[in-house]
Amino acid sequence: MDLSTFLVQCLNALQYGLLLFLVASGLTLIFGIMGVINLAHGSFYMIGAYMAYALAPAFGGNFLATLAAGLVLAVAFGYLLEWFFVSYLYERDHLQQVLMTYGLILVFEELRSILVGNDVHSVPIPSWLSGSIQLGSLMQYPWYRLFISAVCIAIAAALYFLIARTRLGMMIRAGSSNREMVQSLGINIKLLYRIVFAAGVALAAFAGMIAAPVSSVYPGMGGQVLIICFVVVVIGGIGSVRGAFLAALLVGIVDTFGTVLFPQAAGVAVYLLMAAILLWRPEGLFRQ
Amino acid sequence: MIAALHTRWLPPLLVVASLAVFPWLGSEFYVGLAGKIMILAIFALSLQLLVGVTGLVSLGHAAFYGVAAYATVLLAPKYEAANMVWLLPAAVAAAVLYALAVGALALRTKGVYFIMVTLAFAQMAYYVFHDTKLGGGSDGIYLNIKPELSFAGWQPIDMGARLPFYYIVLLALVAVFAFLRMLLASRFGRALAGIRGNEQRMRAAGFATFPYKLAAFTLAGGLAGVAGFLAAFREGYVNPEMLSWHQSGAVLLMVILGGMGRLWGAVLGAFAFALLQFFFQSEYVFGEFAKHWQLLLGATIIACVALMPEGLIGLPGQLRAWRARRKPNASHA
Repeated sequence: MDLSTFLVQCLNALQYGLLLFLVASGLTLIFGIMGVINLAHGSFYMIGAYMAYALAPAFGGNFLATLAAGLVLAVAFGYLLEWFFVSYLYERDHLQQVLMTYGLILVFEELRSILVGNDVHSVPIPSWLSGSIQLGSLMQYPWYRLFISAVCIAIAAALYFLIARTRLGMMIRAGSSNREMVQSLGINIKLLYRIVFAAGVALAAFAGMIAAPVSSVYPGMGGQVLIICFVVVVIGGIGSVRGAFLAALLVGIVDTFGTVLFPQAAGVAVYLLMAAILLWRPEGLFRQ
Repeated sequence: MIAALHTRWLPPLLVVASLAVFPWLGSEFYVGLAGKIMILAIFALSLQLLVGVTGLVSLGHAAFYGVAAYATVLLAPKYEAANMVWLLPAAVAAAVLYALAVGALALRTKGVYFIMVTLAFAQMAYYVFHDTKLGGGSDGIYLNIKPELSFAGWQPIDMGARLPFYYIVLLALVAVFAFLRMLLASRFGRALAGIRGNEQRMRAAGFATFPYKLAAFTLAGGLAGVAGFLAAFREGYVNPEMLSWHQSGAVLLMVILGGMGRLWGAVLGAFAFALLQFFFQSEYVFGEFAKHWQLLLGATIIACVALMPEGLIGLPGQLRAWRARRKPNASHA
């Protein structure tokens, strides 16, 4: 592997890892704060990607307008979903959470099939991001992938600021360490839960929307992302956003270089990483 | 005392007897369906040992079912019939080995971690069969010649025929059920129930709980392997979907739908789930909409979680409690 190939693969690993972080951070927050294991989280990614495909004609192919509209819809969707379904799960055990969210996946997948069909669709890269940047004399790297990485880094930074420095973030951190205490301090925990869930849905859907032009949209894309995100959350430690960030980058690196170096065993590399982490630290890197 | 014995043994005997005479009453199609459901019932029973008995929620149980199914096809010689006498133990051994490895790692974690880790390791096995040439990739592979049952050249029955296979499956179901029943009554079974109830207390009482949990996990993997072997035999074909997490979710659903913790619940759940799926897929009832059967299944699951937290087996108790609650109100009015 020469230097420019290595550089390109590093950028790919970074972009994939950052995208995973957007999905996994919502998953880990929802678990850390509400104690709900949400199998339907991958579906939000899928829904986001399909929104990028289906909403684009309504906005004349304007990418940013589609993103904004999709984001608003995702927040509203997450808010209502928490209200009507997920809020019943807080007092139930993990098994029933698994079941209900599994039921939700079946419903979402089938609704997707009814509304959009089962074909694979591609989403065009916006024209102002379509070129490539020259790396060395032989390699090129698409601007759009750099754009994805930059947006993800901005969101990660904003998330860090929100959780570490704002009043809402303080409530979120307090809620994840002691639910009853937060409630007895007079904080509206129901509203807090609803906001966190809606934010988690929006993060996953946003990841799906910006990933759609490079990955295309296809049935079953949600399940794939969900399981990799479980690996990220297990490695990072449940409830830890910082852990999810590092673990997502680690998974991105291992998966990308695993595919390059051992193409036959590509799918397995990430799980071997998880097994190694489990042997070393069963609680993940940053257990809260 | 004899009467008590009767009421205890009568329902299982009736169920087994009706399954045994079913091939003479039902059409070929329904007998095939019943055979398929009995295999699922063995699969669900194996998961009941983990989820209902030991309190370990695994979302990757299909891995062991699928590994055994693949082992059945890959180990069978290509141009002659394999002998079940060694093929079944070999397939189960493959499932047991994978379960031992996964269990040793996954049982280092608890609760929601355990759910995610079992799911992830099942997905790893899925990718091994899906992405490599080992098992024909995503297309799967065929079992060219059905195995036979022979003892030193003597074949008591023709396994390729439909009816003998049906009875072998029924026999396997009864054997697995009886084995688990005995296991639950043993010291080992009591220890597992104790771990579900309060693992901390079991440890305080001097039980090293990890070996018990690992033994339960491995045993459950082996029994799922029995179901996987029978499924590969029945279909004559295996593909990666057998290991997929949809399959793991479906079998977990059977256990919950039937009722947790009780062996009958798993059998009941397997029948209820398969018949429900069959019903939703029926074009006769739903017409064009039948191809969207997953929507109805998903909505049913959500409704079940919301309305019947104890599963089908707890439904009579729930109804009794509901009526008892209504009575005082009625007397007020």
